[in-house]
Amino acid sequence: MAKEKVITAHDLTKRFGDFVAVSKITFDVEKGEIFGFLGANGAGKTTAMRMLCGLLMPTSGQATVAGFDVFKQTEQIKKNIGYMSQKFSLYEDLTVAENIRFYGGIYGLRDEAIKEKSAQLIKQLHLDGQEKTLVRALPLGWKQKLAFSIAIVHDPAIVFLDEPTGGVDPVTRREFWGLIYEASARGITIFVTTHYMDEAEYCNRVSIMVDGRIDALDTPANLMKDYSAASMDEVFLQLARKAIRSGD
Amino acid sequence: MKQFLIFVKKEWLHIWRDRRTLFILIWMPVVQIILYGFALTNEVKNSNIAIFDQSRDVASLAISDEIAASRYFNLVKNVYSYKDIGATFRQGKIRMAIVFPQNFRNDLLHTNSAQIQLIADASDPNTANTLTNYAQSIINDYQQSLNQNQQLPYTIKAQVRMLYNPELKGAYSFVPGVMALVLMLVCTMMTSIAIVREKEMGTMEVILVSPLKPFRIIIAKAVPYLFVSLVNIITILLLSVYVLGVPIVGSLWLLMAESTLFTITSLSLGILISNGAKTQQSAMFTSMMSLFLPTLLFSGFLFPIENMPMPLQVISNVVPSKWFYIIIKDIMIKGLGFGAVWEETLILVGMTAILLGISIYKFKIRLA
Repeated sequence: MAKEKVITAHDLTKRFGDFVAVSKITFDVEKGEIFGFLGANGAGKTTAMRMLCGLLMPTSGQATVAGFDVFKQTEQIKKNIGYMSQKFSLYEDLTVAENIRFYGGIYGLRDEAIKEKSAQLIKQLHLDGQEKTLVRALPLGWKQKLAFSIAIVHDPAIVFLDEPTGGVDPVTRREFWGLIYEASARGITIFVTTHYMDEAEYCNRVSIMVDGRIDALDTPANLMKDYSAASMDEVFLQLARKAIRSGD
Repeated sequence: MKQFLIFVKKEWLHIWRDRRTLFILIWMPVVQIILYGFALTNEVKNSNIAIFDQSRDVASLAISDEIAASRYFNLVKNVYSYKDIGATFRQGKIRMAIVFPQNFRNDLLHTNSAQIQLIADASDPNTANTLTNYAQSIINDYQQSLNQNQQLPYTIKAQVRMLYNPELKGAYSFVPGVMALVLMLVCTMMTSIAIVREKEMGTMEVILVSPLKPFRIIIAKAVPYLFVSLVNIITILLLSVYVLGVPIVGSLWLLMAESTLFTITSLSLGILISNGAKTQQSAMFTSMMSLFLPTLLFSGFLFPIENMPMPLQVISNVVPSKWFYIIIKDIMIKGLGFGAVWEETLILVGMTAILLGISIYKFKIRLA
């Protein structure tokens, strides 16, 4: 039986004046899948992701996220997704508990639910006794894990991660991926952009964007076979060399 | 609505955690009022003067005594030559010199007219003007006291009455000015910085992806600053009434309502600035340059707008604090009612509407 599709995109295009930032991309993401979204700077990753998050209106094509149309139902989409940016997006001058309460609150969680979630989250991240610590005082790795946990505090159908592991050491990155697998096992779909090719290999499937197009889309194993490459790094380089646009 | 309140609470936490800034925001108006009230006053008191009396008769001595006794002047030196006057001026010891010619009283009694020379240091023209006016009025008083004993027909005497501010206190004009400045600073600068900070930290992105409506986010960010501004307004009014002795002649409620309106105008300006600025520093500089200087120059509280060249007068019309300054002066000092300030109020409402309109439009553009 075919798995439920939580993201579908068909010929999705975004133009800024004469510039085609995203050109007719077509792909599906299944429920619970970890979907890697790769591309050099300026390839159109962020624009594509913004369209799916309901922040940018696409120029043409079709797409649905969590079953809602990106043209007409951005409000519903926003209720059903989580988002974590590369800056970890926590309030540094707020405590751990206040950050959880705030993000839970703006997604409309009830007070009891927030309390329950906070307790669970703090235990899971081994932050016991740190509820009243200002986020500013946490090490980078903790911030990142906390940011991810907060991005899925409202149990969204999909969570979008925009280069979530920038500036973090390899050990912490591995721990972070542990959290991602856990979320995926709970049925949360993960849509992740990254620069790190070792991370690409953790994904169920990856797509590689070049000049606004998706030039390759498959499991990491298949891609390496198709491009007769020893690593995802080589696959990526082979594709990226074709790029005409320069990065920003 | 609940989400809105959660956001306001979070925003309040930001302000509360940053005690140093909060402290500055609360104390700044106090310091400004006290500074302007006691240090930067443009009233002229105890100005040092010298007298060069070449006749030394009853009349010249009487006038000299009057002048030396007045609280505006402080006689520091009797000089005996014009050269001496020049030297004393150059040493910076005096701001004005009074010269009585020889035979002063004789001339006065026999020709019915005598001359006195007032020499003032006009490197500061305003002070020079004020000083010579004070001196002239003392001389006029003396002249009148002489005239009482004589039968000189047809004298016209101008009776001057200073309306609203009989003692010509500087506080009457700078209290409204400081209110405009402080509100601009708190509302415009702090709001724009607060919004830009979210952009810089990357939290704005996350909030925009959340189900919160963008414009509610902006309003929620402005609410705590509205509260801080109200505290500031109350502080300024209390200080001006109880410390500086500037009364609130008109309706307190009308005054508060108009101040709230101006607060909202400033908040909209702050939101507009935050739309364009990418860093907190640029938000701060834009606020400073586009609001602080114009408020100082064009609100009419330091420099009279009527004296400016036509193009500057036209520019002054787009400065919101100019209108606020007029409103506050009318209500607080002159005790006028809404009937007198409705036009200015309407202008402020219009400006607020335009600013908010542009902000919403630009905010949407950024997302589209």
